[in-house]
Amino acid sequence: MKNDDSSKNADWTRRQILAALAASAGTAVAGVSQAKEIAKDPTKIPGAGASKLGARSNFESPERIAAFGVISGTPLHELHGTLTPSDLHFERHHAGIPSIDPGSHELLIHGLVERPLKLTLADLLRFPAVSRIAFLECSGNLQIDAGEETTPQNLCGLTSQSEWTGVALSTLLREVGLRPNAQWLLAEGSDAAVLSRSIPIEKAMDDAIVAYAQNGEALRPGQGYPIRLFLPGWEGNANVKWLRRIEVSDRAFMTREETSKYSEPIKGGTIRAFSFTMDARSVITTPTYPQSLERGWHEIRGLAWSGRGRITKVEVSVDGGRNWQDARLAGPVLTKAHTRFTLPWKWAGGTAELSSRATDETGYVQPTRRALIDARGAGSIPYHLNPIVSWLVEADGRMLYKAEPWG
Amino acid sequence: MNRNTRRALRIRRAVTSGLASVLFTSACGIANLGPGAETPSLPASQPGAHPPPGDPSHFALGRTPTAQEIAAWDIDIMPDGAGLPEGSGTVTDGRALYIQQCKQCHGLEGGGGPFDRLAGRLPDESFPFALDPLAKRTIGNYWPYATTIFDYTRRSMPMNRPGSLGDDDVYALTAYLLYLNDLVAEDATLDRESLPKIVMPAHHRFTPDDRRGGPEIR
Repeated sequence: MKNDDSSKNADWTRRQILAALAASAGTAVAGVSQAKEIAKDPTKIPGAGASKLGARSNFESPERIAAFGVISGTPLHELHGTLTPSDLHFERHHAGIPSIDPGSHELLIHGLVERPLKLTLADLLRFPAVSRIAFLECSGNLQIDAGEETTPQNLCGLTSQSEWTGVALSTLLREVGLRPNAQWLLAEGSDAAVLSRSIPIEKAMDDAIVAYAQNGEALRPGQGYPIRLFLPGWEGNANVKWLRRIEVSDRAFMTREETSKYSEPIKGGTIRAFSFTMDARSVITTPTYPQSLERGWHEIRGLAWSGRGRITKVEVSVDGGRNWQDARLAGPVLTKAHTRFTLPWKWAGGTAELSSRATDETGYVQPTRRALIDARGAGSIPYHLNPIVSWLVEADGRMLYKAEPWG
Repeated sequence: MNRNTRRALRIRRAVTSGLASVLFTSACGIANLGPGAETPSLPASQPGAHPPPGDPSHFALGRTPTAQEIAAWDIDIMPDGAGLPEGSGTVTDGRALYIQQCKQCHGLEGGGGPFDRLAGRLPDESFPFALDPLAKRTIGNYWPYATTIFDYTRRSMPMNRPGSLGDDDVYALTAYLLYLNDLVAEDATLDRESLPKIVMPAHHRFTPDDRRGGPEIR
């Protein structure tokens, strides 16, 4: 039985609570976790009883933004720490979310292997499990023409973080035995797009996971249930969901998703292909639009991450980039993972401009949008755009996104 | 001989005859993305090459799929044409199919609609995309391989009935889309031999990712 928020059931819910509390062993009623009515003094009335499924406080209603039926963005500015609740993890799908029976789903591995193999989910669960906390980001994660009334969620909500659990892909590739000329593999989903991407064998053997769990439970359908490819630090599209086939080859397959899409024109007349790694990036999550500040102490908080390793530094400016100071990094700082940065800040009134700038362990420093455009050209959109972004504090404390033209 | 075996033989023949190396080094750019066949790729120091201490070398889980099972799922088409099925299609047949099944989303003659514009050529030396955010990337001015049209159309299109097109239909649609992009003649017929021979205008522009981390912004 689920908690019911509708007001007409408020009394019944309350009666259930009382009945549950009156029952000697607490077995009378299950599933009620919150009293609908707010006690004036919660220390003077018994609270709600045990339930089978937890639920958010009735006072909390974080939601994704869902657009065009194919994309859902994480409310970065409403979350804390570094782990994204599974139901708020961003999603992008290319032909909808399939409904798959885990009992009949199989993974085929074939091609340049010694022993082709078909594995059920039950088989996969018997291999050694690996878990890691890592971000997952869509490579098209910047709304370049965003106006000033833009939240971090609207601007770049297509990044999220989970603990992913599954079988190391290297374990499965050792199981089938790679032929000496194995160079690439095709990962293919069983969604209606039969989405497919070529992945270099080096990455597959290094840290790729065939994941069946996210944050301790089975994958959500929108995340690839029952299994997906997870490639730490690499663009979301290559992390093929609803994985059903891996074909090993001596060369890339040149699928539509890695040629016509997910490639970047670069000035000088080239197209950058197989640009998998997500460069270092940061964004302040609070305070940002739509908040209004009161004078006094606040904490500037945000997220920083790099697909190339650990974040080593995040600098924050409150004066439009004239001066920068190091933010604190909340440990442990994990490789290829969202890292929370914080900086206490006293707003004494007047205008301010808050920005953040990440550095990763390769020495890469998050660029300005001008530096990105100078390096690639203004038409090199919409993938792998990771510029420094800023938030304006108006004299009355209202906050806005600093909208800037692209190009 | 099942399709997969035929395909393996075809690949092996291509490799032996040097066709693969010609195909993959004839144009600069994406040819650099892999050294091609016969080059051992993984050094012994490759992470994951050896089981971690305590793991057996094999777990003996799963089962060997039949050749039919593999063939049923092995739908991808390689740039050299490996995987292309029997059959053929004409521009004329493709035009009729396009009007029925594609025009609604992609517009009259591939000119674009609710979804991607598919047709449009530029002079060969013109490649405005890095400088002009509004320039439309089409099959004719951006896609590097003609085989990708077949692969994608057969696996994913039309959006409301994916996988419903027969191989002849997909050849016909591919022919029509290439015709709209001035890459085949109006009386053209495409099949597994002719399709991979079409060289796409933007083919030579694809280059490997040169970002490496470190201080340089690329």
